[in-house]
Amino acid sequence: MSRVITYAQALNEALAYCMEKDDSVFVMGEDVGRYGGIFQVTAGLQERFGVDRIMDTPISEAAFVGGAVGAAMTGMRPVVEIMFIDFITVAMDMVVNQMAKMHFMFGGRAKVPMVLRVNIGAGRGTAAQHSQSFHAIFQHIPGIKIAMPSTPYDAKGMLIEAIQDDNPVLFVEHKKIYIDKGEVPEEAYTVPLGKAKVVRPGKDITVVATLNMVAKALAVAEEMAGKGVDMEVIDLRSLCPLDREAVLASVRKTGTLITADEGCHTGNMGGELAATVAEQALDSLKAPIVRVSGPDTPVAFSPPLEQAFIPSEQDLKDAVNRVLEYL
Amino acid sequence: MDIPSKTVRELYRTMVVIRAFEEKVQDLYARGHIPGLAHLYIGEEAIAAGVCANLGDRDYITSTHRGHGHVIAKGALLKPMMAELYGKETGYCKGKGGSMHIADVNLGILGANGIAGGGLPIAVGAGLSCKMKYPGQVTVCFFGDASSNNGTFHESLNFAAVHKLPVIFVCENNGFGISVSQKQHQAIVDISVRAAGYNMPGITVDGNDVLSVYLSSAEAIERARQGEGPTLLEYKTYRWRGHHEGDPNQGGRYRTKEDIQAWVENCPIKRLEAYLTKNKVMTKKQMQAVWDEVEKEIDDSIEFAEQSPFPPLEEMFQDVLA
Repeated sequence: MSRVITYAQALNEALAYCMEKDDSVFVMGEDVGRYGGIFQVTAGLQERFGVDRIMDTPISEAAFVGGAVGAAMTGMRPVVEIMFIDFITVAMDMVVNQMAKMHFMFGGRAKVPMVLRVNIGAGRGTAAQHSQSFHAIFQHIPGIKIAMPSTPYDAKGMLIEAIQDDNPVLFVEHKKIYIDKGEVPEEAYTVPLGKAKVVRPGKDITVVATLNMVAKALAVAEEMAGKGVDMEVIDLRSLCPLDREAVLASVRKTGTLITADEGCHTGNMGGELAATVAEQALDSLKAPIVRVSGPDTPVAFSPPLEQAFIPSEQDLKDAVNRVLEYL
Repeated sequence: MDIPSKTVRELYRTMVVIRAFEEKVQDLYARGHIPGLAHLYIGEEAIAAGVCANLGDRDYITSTHRGHGHVIAKGALLKPMMAELYGKETGYCKGKGGSMHIADVNLGILGANGIAGGGLPIAVGAGLSCKMKYPGQVTVCFFGDASSNNGTFHESLNFAAVHKLPVIFVCENNGFGISVSQKQHQAIVDISVRAAGYNMPGITVDGNDVLSVYLSSAEAIERARQGEGPTLLEYKTYRWRGHHEGDPNQGGRYRTKEDIQAWVENCPIKRLEAYLTKNKVMTKKQMQAVWDEVEKEIDDSIEFAEQSPFPPLEEMFQDVLA
């Protein structure tokens, strides 16, 4: 039975389902208990599962991210909420040198089945330390899966999948879509990690987008359809495993690639996709690859400056028009 | 509390295994057989032996970059240990971890750790597992004096204290963080005083007296098993060798020969031997028999390591993800 709920509620249902099903699953983080998490993803769960399984932690990211690593190695399946991705920097050793390395470094003798829930995105007036989108940094660290659901449906299915996965998963949410609504089944289901989704088939121009940029790409595609341009929109959904095949298949069909992601320009996930296409499908290209991204600046507080940081539908249209010059 | 003679003999054997293993590693390293880094534990054996003698297979430890002693005392086998130091396929980590990363979760060894202070939060997590899933089991977290300045030390003690986790924080204070003496890196003399900041017991003990180590850790471990929460134990000791085997003059640049000599005379093994003789627990002949038996075991481990193959190159791509 499907009904319409928010992205945050979909995540909440995934957590509740996994905790109900498996007593190894527990949640910890700052203000996840009575407060329900600052974006209300864990609302009501402490009443249901108790203070030991929905655990409010001290403000000590290294202790509770590292704690999750130790708990995961010893039979638990912790889900950690990092209030803003910006705060993960204070636990970077635990993420990069511990969580991501244990399985390999110990020759497969340890598994680290844990989920780190983070959120990215500017647009709430929270300035440079609460608005970053540096998820692509983690693409450079082998040993971590990176999930990025853009809809309530995917949010629920991918979080259940992430919690049941035997690997550490960085689960990247977007703070501007927590209240977006969509159809979500009441029952449990999973959405695989590492599989991109063609959300709008088209034959002229490929756009590969993440999170908040998916809806913008779809809006632009509808507008361009009225002008006779048939855009294909792909929701990348994961940075690791990276579904290069889905991107290459689309580029081979359309001969074009536009990437759209809110991270800063340099080192953006679009660069990796562009390089993949240059290496494996260069002869398919009819136009230059265009990367739509944030600029290489911190996020400013002042509203017009903040808005200028966020890649917009207009930025996407400009990219489409640039590609159209070659078609 | 009297320690049974059988236990004392086991403590002696464990210390001898660690010492003899590392003396061989020292020699093999000097001769170029062991690649990478080797941080030796010689002189500190009483701590690993004394603490781990109170642990069962299902209890956990987290270890440090100077971890050979801890993992041997926790029950690691010498053959896969030595093979790992050689980078061989038969090693504990298939040759992919080396000296600083030996782990065996089945033995409760959650890994030696190359990052100073890196093991503390992981021990807290294992402590959470014990509390939630395995009541009565405990986690021992080994770390050094210099790691106790790291944020992870303070975050971890706070977390463990708030949740009364069964974690025993064991600080091996050997007086140096690489070349920087404790006087230069801390304003305090006894690291155990930091326990007060987290409302947990903190005690300082002679880390070269294995019987004191055994008794003090037994008490802390029992408290943890009873659900009474964490303890900070500080054991004062000294490393005879340099920070690692490549350290010029074995640390001669930052400490005096007299200091080193004084600590060599304070050898934890010699001290126990004196006790064993005085109390007629073991004869000199019996002690020598232990050394002979251990040497043979270590020689076997070296032969095993040398005859083992290196991992095939495909192994590089295994275990990146589970």
